[in-house]
Amino acid sequence: MSKPNAYSAFVALVRRDLLLAYRRRAELLQPLFFLLVVITLFPLGVGPSLSLLAKIAPGVIWIAALLATVLSLDGLFRSDFEDGTLEQMVLSGQSLALIALGRTVTHWLVAGLPIVLLSPLLAMWMNLPDSGMPVLIKSLALGTPVLSLIGAIGGALTVSLKRGGQLMSLLVFPLYVPLLILATNAVSSAVAGLPYNGQLGLMFAGLIAALTLAPFATAAALKLSLT
Amino acid sequence: MNRLVLFFHKTGSPPWFYRFAGKLIPWLWLLFAVLTAIGLYLGLIEAPPDYQQGESVRIMYLHVPAAWMSMMIYALMAVMGFIALVWRIRIMEILAISSAPVGAAFTLIALVTGSLWGRPTWGTYWVWDARLTSELVLLFLYMGVIALYNAYDEPRKAARAAALLSIVGAINLPIIHFSVQWWNTLHQGSSISMKGSSIDASMLWPLLIMAIAAKFYYGANLLSRARLRLLKQDHRKRWVNELLDEEH
Repeated sequence: MSKPNAYSAFVALVRRDLLLAYRRRAELLQPLFFLLVVITLFPLGVGPSLSLLAKIAPGVIWIAALLATVLSLDGLFRSDFEDGTLEQMVLSGQSLALIALGRTVTHWLVAGLPIVLLSPLLAMWMNLPDSGMPVLIKSLALGTPVLSLIGAIGGALTVSLKRGGQLMSLLVFPLYVPLLILATNAVSSAVAGLPYNGQLGLMFAGLIAALTLAPFATAAALKLSLT
Repeated sequence: MNRLVLFFHKTGSPPWFYRFAGKLIPWLWLLFAVLTAIGLYLGLIEAPPDYQQGESVRIMYLHVPAAWMSMMIYALMAVMGFIALVWRIRIMEILAISSAPVGAAFTLIALVTGSLWGRPTWGTYWVWDARLTSELVLLFLYMGVIALYNAYDEPRKAARAAALLSIVGAINLPIIHFSVQWWNTLHQGSSISMKGSSIDASMLWPLLIMAIAAKFYYGANLLSRARLRLLKQDHRKRWVNELLDEEH
């Protein structure tokens, strides 16, 4: 067998994580149910007035997506940390940043992508005008990977702590704020007929920045947590 | 080795740093007191009231320096954290984490004074425009760094985790700076820039004096906190016990 290179390690990790995720399907559906429930609570809380719901739709959908993602990020590294697999990954000599990226990719595939796919339903529930729907999907498609990437940093920083989950959500929320502002601004602008490509462009730039930098921060945090 | 490099090496030694900071702190407090007295006199008494806002503009002499400090301290904390992560210098870890409460306090002062200033001038205590929102987020970033530090048991590991978080959060700072240009906001546009300022000299001088006074406050407060944290961390070591014996 030839010496495993970085690419095959990455692929192996992603396949393992996807298989594990598939075996715990029920667990992974919980954040998505949380998303649906939170969206449902809004009309119940603010009243069924369609015009009001339409006005708050971009923000509400994005906040619900944020909360659901944070919920699913909690256990990102925890089970591997507890049974020693994480230590083995660090010791394996493979690039830890690539391992972190692999874990983040699977997280997005099982937690972020379903949010993107569910967004038309959420848009319908919140009475988002049709002009806003494509931009909503684009903003979620660009934004949810960033949520996973930055959330992985928080998850790695708190994995060795006893009450890490609560702290992690507090840590990552300020980091999510610019993304939230840009995304909801893009959707609101689209609904109002104003240009929105600037906001989407900035989100795309943010995605590239996060994609290239966050795995290194996550790797540093993992090494820190394991010492 | 030249004297400057030697100086920097010496600051890495806990007993030397403790004594050096101890000698510096009274001077920093003195300069802070003098500059604040001058700045407040010029600002509260000499400077004219604003033609639109009247006397309430004088909160600016507290609010603006506090806001500037809140951002500067976060940047410094991130830089110190970076140095601590890369070179593993313990004094840097202590300085970085000791900066956090000072920065958080300045952020809180900026938010509260801004809110009180907003009531007579804009008619409201709070709006969710870009600058105010970013300052509030900055407060949460500070609290996150402090919370993460306190969650770890081991001080050096805690300092490194907090340093990593503060570097990641430093992304927020440019957004605060450019937010006034990105969004249409209620907040006054940036009046002080590299090209010169649109504020009259009688108001600019007290503002700048207060800003420099705030920096001396930060220096004095930071070194005091750092000394205390150093004593706490090293309380079993010989140099601390010798120090305590000296003082009795």
